[in-house]
Amino acid sequence: MSVATRRHEPRGFPRQVLDSGQSLLVLFAGVLLIAAVAQTAATGVRDVHAALAFGGLIAFGELLRLNLPGDREAAPIATAGALAYALLIRVGNSPVRLDPEQVIAVAAIGMIIGALPHVAVGRPTRLSAMAAQLVSVACVAAMFRPLANDSLIGSRWWSELPVMISLVILGWLVKATIVALIRTDALRARFGVMLLDEFRVQLPVGAAVGASALLIAFAAEVMGLAAVAVFTAPLLVTQVALRRYTGIRATYLQTVRALARVTEIGGYVEIGHSGRVAKLSVSIGRELGMPEPALLELEYAALMHDIGQLSLREPIPGGATVLVVRDEQRRIAEYGAEVIQQARVLDTVADIVRRQSDPCRPGDRGEEPPLSSRIIRAANAFDDLVGSSVEPSRAAAAVQRLRLDTASEYDPQVIEALSRLVSRRSVLGP
Amino acid sequence: MGKLSRIAWLYIGAVIAAAAVAIALGPFSGIRWDQVAALGVLLVACESTATLLSSRNLAWSPNSTASLASVILLGPVGAALVGCCTLFGIRRGPSLAQRLFNTGMFALSAYLAGRAYLLVGGHVGTPTPSSFPGIIAPFACAVVVHVLVNFSLLRGVLWVTREPGTSLGRVGLDFKLLLTDMGYAAFGLLIAALWSVLGPFTPVLVIIPLLVARWAVAQFAEQQRSYEATVSALCQAVETKDFYTRGHSERVSRGSVMIAREIRMRAERVEAIRYAGMLHDVGKLGVPTSVLQKNGALTDDEYAAIQLHPMRGLDIVREIGFLDEALAGIMHHHERIDGRGYPMGLAGDEIPEFARVLAVADAFDAMTSNRSYRGARPVPEAVAELRKWAGTQFDPAFVDAFVTAIERDGWKGPEAAPAGADQAGVGDVLSAAGLPGEVLSGNGQSGTARAAGSALDDPTGPLRAIESL
Repeated sequence: MSVATRRHEPRGFPRQVLDSGQSLLVLFAGVLLIAAVAQTAATGVRDVHAALAFGGLIAFGELLRLNLPGDREAAPIATAGALAYALLIRVGNSPVRLDPEQVIAVAAIGMIIGALPHVAVGRPTRLSAMAAQLVSVACVAAMFRPLANDSLIGSRWWSELPVMISLVILGWLVKATIVALIRTDALRARFGVMLLDEFRVQLPVGAAVGASALLIAFAAEVMGLAAVAVFTAPLLVTQVALRRYTGIRATYLQTVRALARVTEIGGYVEIGHSGRVAKLSVSIGRELGMPEPALLELEYAALMHDIGQLSLREPIPGGATVLVVRDEQRRIAEYGAEVIQQARVLDTVADIVRRQSDPCRPGDRGEEPPLSSRIIRAANAFDDLVGSSVEPSRAAAAVQRLRLDTASEYDPQVIEALSRLVSRRSVLGP
Repeated sequence: MGKLSRIAWLYIGAVIAAAAVAIALGPFSGIRWDQVAALGVLLVACESTATLLSSRNLAWSPNSTASLASVILLGPVGAALVGCCTLFGIRRGPSLAQRLFNTGMFALSAYLAGRAYLLVGGHVGTPTPSSFPGIIAPFACAVVVHVLVNFSLLRGVLWVTREPGTSLGRVGLDFKLLLTDMGYAAFGLLIAALWSVLGPFTPVLVIIPLLVARWAVAQFAEQQRSYEATVSALCQAVETKDFYTRGHSERVSRGSVMIAREIRMRAERVEAIRYAGMLHDVGKLGVPTSVLQKNGALTDDEYAAIQLHPMRGLDIVREIGFLDEALAGIMHHHERIDGRGYPMGLAGDEIPEFARVLAVADAFDAMTSNRSYRGARPVPEAVAELRKWAGTQFDPAFVDAFVTAIERDGWKGPEAAPAGADQAGVGDVLSAAGLPGEVLSGNGQSGTARAAGSALDDPTGPLRAIESL
């Protein structure tokens, strides 16, 4: 399986073996957890009720974790609970004196308890995401607890709030950076692109989580621990909205994937062709540093790149468009684009499909086709030559053949990216 | 809303007058105007994030958050005043009449919620730690009253402005929306409670999660729209294989939804059957074009190829994470009540409900559209045919439901001359590309023999076909 497929798997990185970067992170979080629990056990738990209430909220949130676009596991309610616990100043009228170790211990134990039911029903654990979360909470707690315990930040909201807001933002940045590092490692992509993607996806959720954490922390002053219960309702509303959004996104992709296979069922292309071209295109796109929204459009276009063949009365033998003449290719592309354009919402995708048969040099149409079209053109040609074969020599030969056509037919930088992927063996094999 | 009837104006006027009287009667003592201003701003912000619901005339916004916070902080009259800020919502769309009505409605809902809050023993003013948890019960009452008044007034206005002939059952005010509204209302308590700690900064902090939730809902709606458009475009692509079935999927989908609504299926199931209708014939793609468009008797092999199409369809859509019911519907939509259908030969209640619904809509659309071997039949004739085969081929209950729905709402069949206008879009592109020969559209061949099409979707077809085997 190539790296591209993992992006939209239902949950978690399916590989149980962690990459070196991930294992380092998990190890660090594990040490943090043991140290925090040991320290807390030695000094005794302060304010057991608050610890139980927040621990419960964190476990509950972890239980309701959801998938954000791009296979990112997130547990917004758990995060908000953990941050709120770290930022607690007063419960009712009594000031809270909490060691950062206790915050870390409660957050970690809450997360583990919440994850247990998922493990019990056999879902993959999201160890690295939980570790990143724990480290980010630990940062906030380590910086805020000493300030709060010694009452160094005043007792009015206008002196407390700026400190809290900046710490919440800091925690968010720490987490986004760690996750981007992990994804860079796992997807073999560029760190800068991954970081920007991460910021883009996490910004709305992060803002909601941060604001909720502050609200819970402040509400505890007025309502006591009832704040935790009262706040669960609106947090759930946000969570439900997010879940519906991510759900429809996943269904959308599944549907396009399934319907793109109509050309295979109809015998127009070889079974598995669209899927393989899509996978390969996304890998190349990522190798070239394309951001995530563009990768999604690339994937849609690649999945549907052969839909135009439905206009043929009889399928091309073997479905290999690389073997038919240019005009025919262009006509198929044109018809495919026409079909996609009818959806009215995928105009970029339609344009990518339309231009896929154009050679990469600025030719008759004046301007170069978009990068995505050039990628699909190369990936399609590669798949037509290699098919479902997993033999490295055959792949290398195919790259060699495409390279000979470069400059007139295919974009050299795309072919080079493909060549790098092939030499890493990340495009072949199950 | 278009042009309003006199009754509609009377209704809107009555709502506004009631709100105005409630405010005018006061009392105004003890209302903190800085709070009115801050909450008014919050309400305007909420109102400006309104999203349109599926039905055209309804929008939803988390206004109840601000209204219910003001119930605690300001009491009924102050809450009604905050509700009046609805008038200043920054959004395009609502006409003056709609704005006026919304304003009156929110003011009145807030006022009554405030009265309910006082009645059950709530105290007006900024809550302190000692107010908890005693405040929760009166607040819950206020929430329920607010949501109920809001929904009833809305139902009222929908009733007086409804298009003649439509039923009110499908205006999109469902139970889920009611729950969502109550969820957002809980934010109101938080705003009130936090006022003593965070002062006027509270609404700023509260509105962030609210806006994110709104963002997610809007994204959801947008994704859903794109999703639908994409599915429908892809289905049309599949239909190009058989030019005579252009628009068939869309219409079967519509017909199935009519039946599903008539028998009062739950909303999620109606949604699922809509997609099932769109996708029911996807498997035809696995049937060679030559067989699909054949004029003349089918050989056993060809007939077997056609009988496979529901299974092929299932193969394609199986991976879509959609209700299992829709999959079963697609697979069994050619089964017959008497057990003589295909692919499994299920009979009676063994056939999944979705499949029985799809079968009725599918056959009806096939009869009322042009086919290569015959012209479209008029609706009454097709209805008579459905009735004739009810009990042998179709589930009589669904035939009845469909006929009732058609008699009430009418049926929009295919365009009168599909061969000309409809085909132009694709045909133009293709002939412009210079290869007319392979365009997939048998240009109106007329045949008289039973053709593949009849075996696929004509009610009387399969019977004869099977009898001849």
